[in-house]
Amino acid sequence: MLTILLDGIASGMLLFVLACGLSVTMGLMNFVNLAHGAFGMAGGYVLVVLLQRWGWPFLACLPAAFLATALLGLLLERTLYARLYRREHLDQVLFSIGLVFMAGATADWLMGAQQQIIQLPAWLSGRVDLGIGELGRYRIFLILVCAGIVAGLQLGLLRTRFGAQLRAAVDDATVARGLGIPVPRLFAITFALGSGLAGLGGALGVEVLGLDPTFPLKYLVYMLIVVAVGGANTILGPALAALLLGVVDVAGKYWLPQLGAFIIYTAMVALLLLRPHGLLAKQA
Amino acid sequence: MRYAAEVALWLLALGSYWLFPDYLGLLAQVWIAALFAVSLDLLVGYAGVVTLGHAAFFGLGAYVAGILAVQGWGEPFSGLLLAGLAAALLGLLTAPLVLRGGELAGLMVTLGLALMLYEAANKAAFLTGGADGLQGVEIWPLFGRFRFDLYGRIAFLYALGVLFLCFMALRFLVATPFGLALRGIRGNALRMAAIGTPVRRRLMAAYAVSAGVAGLAGALLAQTAQFVSLDVLAFHRSAEGLLMLLIGGLGALYGAVLGAAAFTVAHHLLAEMTPQFWEFWIGAALVMLVMLGRGGMLGLLRRLGR
Amino acid sequence: MSRPTRRGLLAGGTALLAAPGLARAQAEPLKIGLILPMTGPFASTGRQIDAATRAWLRTNGEVQAGRRLEILLRDDGGVQPDTTRRLAQELVVRDKVKVLAGFGLTPLALATAPIATEAKLPMVVMAAATAIIPQRSPYILRTSFTLPQVTAPIAEWAARNGIRSAATLVTDFAPGHDAEGVFKARFAAAGGRMALELRSPLRNPDYAPFLQRVKDAKPDALFIFCPSGEGAAIMKQFQERGLKEAGIKLIGTGDVMDDDILNSFGPDALGTITSHHYSAAHDSPENAAFTAAFRAVAPNMRPNFMAVGGWDGMTLIAESLKAANDTDGDKLLAAMKGRSWLSPRGPVTIAAETRDITQDVYIRRVESREGQLWNLEFDRIAQVAA
Repeated sequence: MLTILLDGIASGMLLFVLACGLSVTMGLMNFVNLAHGAFGMAGGYVLVVLLQRWGWPFLACLPAAFLATALLGLLLERTLYARLYRREHLDQVLFSIGLVFMAGATADWLMGAQQQIIQLPAWLSGRVDLGIGELGRYRIFLILVCAGIVAGLQLGLLRTRFGAQLRAAVDDATVARGLGIPVPRLFAITFALGSGLAGLGGALGVEVLGLDPTFPLKYLVYMLIVVAVGGANTILGPALAALLLGVVDVAGKYWLPQLGAFIIYTAMVALLLLRPHGLLAKQA
Repeated sequence: MRYAAEVALWLLALGSYWLFPDYLGLLAQVWIAALFAVSLDLLVGYAGVVTLGHAAFFGLGAYVAGILAVQGWGEPFSGLLLAGLAAALLGLLTAPLVLRGGELAGLMVTLGLALMLYEAANKAAFLTGGADGLQGVEIWPLFGRFRFDLYGRIAFLYALGVLFLCFMALRFLVATPFGLALRGIRGNALRMAAIGTPVRRRLMAAYAVSAGVAGLAGALLAQTAQFVSLDVLAFHRSAEGLLMLLIGGLGALYGAVLGAAAFTVAHHLLAEMTPQFWEFWIGAALVMLVMLGRGGMLGLLRRLGR
Repeated sequence: MSRPTRRGLLAGGTALLAAPGLARAQAEPLKIGLILPMTGPFASTGRQIDAATRAWLRTNGEVQAGRRLEILLRDDGGVQPDTTRRLAQELVVRDKVKVLAGFGLTPLALATAPIATEAKLPMVVMAAATAIIPQRSPYILRTSFTLPQVTAPIAEWAARNGIRSAATLVTDFAPGHDAEGVFKARFAAAGGRMALELRSPLRNPDYAPFLQRVKDAKPDALFIFCPSGEGAAIMKQFQERGLKEAGIKLIGTGDVMDDDILNSFGPDALGTITSHHYSAAHDSPENAAFTAAFRAVAPNMRPNFMAVGGWDGMTLIAESLKAANDTDGDKLLAAMKGRSWLSPRGPVTIAAETRDITQDVYIRRVESREGQLWNLEFDRIAQVAA
């Protein structure tokens, strides 16, 4: 019972780290970036190469995956994305789906079509008995890391100068620019941060979600659910949505496997109908 | 001038029957994809309602036509019509849910409903064949005379005929006051409501019509392929339809046909040249298209024409 | 991608010179339409078979019985049966192929069956493994395997080896249902008790909750079937949930311990027992030649059961062409029926009646040899009919 709950929380947390960058680009920067999952995939492959081929320690691979994808995000933002901020959402959809196709084929070309498998270090494999139930060590690790990220993001957005500037830029970019806030640079950094987090999520997820060139499309639907149900303007909303999604999904598959994914979709539609602007949004 | 171009386009479509006799199967797919994209254009391009779940109607149409044939009623036209009606009905029933929330919420409701239908079809294996697909679809000859042949001749003519009729009907529809109201709503729904347009009713009607046409497209696929599998309901169908529409250009119906043709043919040619990496080139083409400017291929053509 | 590389042309040229009747060597090539999932979630199946067919041509030469074998490779993406069907139709109508081959998954093969019947061309199924496939068209033959064929031996082995109760976890589509049904029947007939039967979805499965249920049900063994390439995800969860420590034995068909990815499973896979018709570690000169030829074409891959299906498919086509000395579909088909040869997996026969493959099935255990993991065969059930 507790195992199921904690499993759900772990996968929900992971989903959040993968999706939170998307919620930032969609909610704050008003850009529909369906290629977000591609950054997750990139992070995953960075981890696989460093860990499996070059023999880096696991803990060193995670920040490397974050940095590599953040850089990739920065590069793409400056060269391509930045030109499309003012375009219609549907143009952005077309563009980012194009990127997804390119990313999938590139990953296939570089790494092959097969599932990537990693060997975790000994201290992260196996299970611990918590007295009330057993839990995989890696799941506990996931929960801790992801909870840290959520807390960090929330604090960063509310308490730092950067967060305040970002919120201002989103509310009204023109006024913010007038006040001397470097809006383009702000967006670029935010985009890089979101991409980096997706990359970190992808790296953390190799063990749990698997990794192959179809990754960006496979998890796109789940990421969209998290963003839509959570509401696109907060950190806590998507976090809550991701947790809910994880727990309902795992519990549903455990107790009612014959219903399959039906439960998730029904829950999503119901939540969207009840709270169309997000879980934590103030209703108009 | 405009009419001449239109007539020429349709003549070209018909003429491809003789120009590319070896590609009739592929071309039939183009017409079906075009019909699906046209149905999306009514919704996205005219009414301004974006959807990621239009495969629900496409798939429902396909399954209705397929199951009818499996149960012993393989007459194509009546099957087609029933499939379209069923999809329109589903559209009418789900429209209130989709039109309830904001842009993103509505979009995700369409996606969620389509995914639910996919799961339902997967679980109802006794009816749909589940993940193995619907076996034994046998469609009777067209008009009792023309069998669906290996070369795809009848499939080509049948699909093109249905596309033409639906296209003309929609072309007529968007020119009526109803169509104009839809454009107005897309531009500014509040103002349209202020001048007395029943916005919600108009949108619901547009949703149902669009769903019905998508159902017809699905039924065409089921009848010409004589096989239905779960993937008619899958997310990638919805996404592909939207892609085709965006590639061609929104809000002019012809863009949908153009986009469907371009995407299907490009996919086919690239996949033949490089079966492993065609996705890369398709993706690169999409990125290029967006970078070149707004409005997809139609927009590009218009700018070139100027 | 056009196939005839310089090396291929050279090989063809040599064969041309060696052929006794030069005039006959000019005969029209035999075109083979090979439809595989080269992209999408089941791409690894396509890559294996594609590499195997290329290896076959490189080893045996492109010219067989005075005709060049020309392969037209098409990608169907693995999930859209109507695409597979349309590609087959095009290959027949436009490219005038004389043999259809490939077919990664059951729905793809089923959707294409009517095309083979109507075109009267042999359709060589190199991968899909549901029992009913050849019944859908008198033109279908199979060089892979069927699930009942490889499942029955492991069910009986389990019952004989102290496993009293078992759970099953299969993918929810026709081959999975085949495996589940056969395992249940054979295991029960041998005195075993079924503790739990689970089915996971074909697309985007998450095995964690299913394996947790298995763990809570505490059977002696868990029988698993999943499509090629999915085994990794199951193994992960099996380890992480500690099913092994809970005393649950993992058994299954060889699809789970897929040679393609087995080596990356790590030490936890050691000792897993599966039954299958092919292991890359099979000890025979034919297999040594096959694996060497395969590696020459695809140095980063280990051939798996999909690859051997592709290799044998080519053997079947070439041998039948020699026997029939004609490219007519019905004549080729007649020559294919009842054909026997020595495959890398052992002796095989295409049964004349069922057009399905009869072959040895092996019970194998995962062991480490020279730092790599292999499925080592330790028992053999001779000539199991499909």
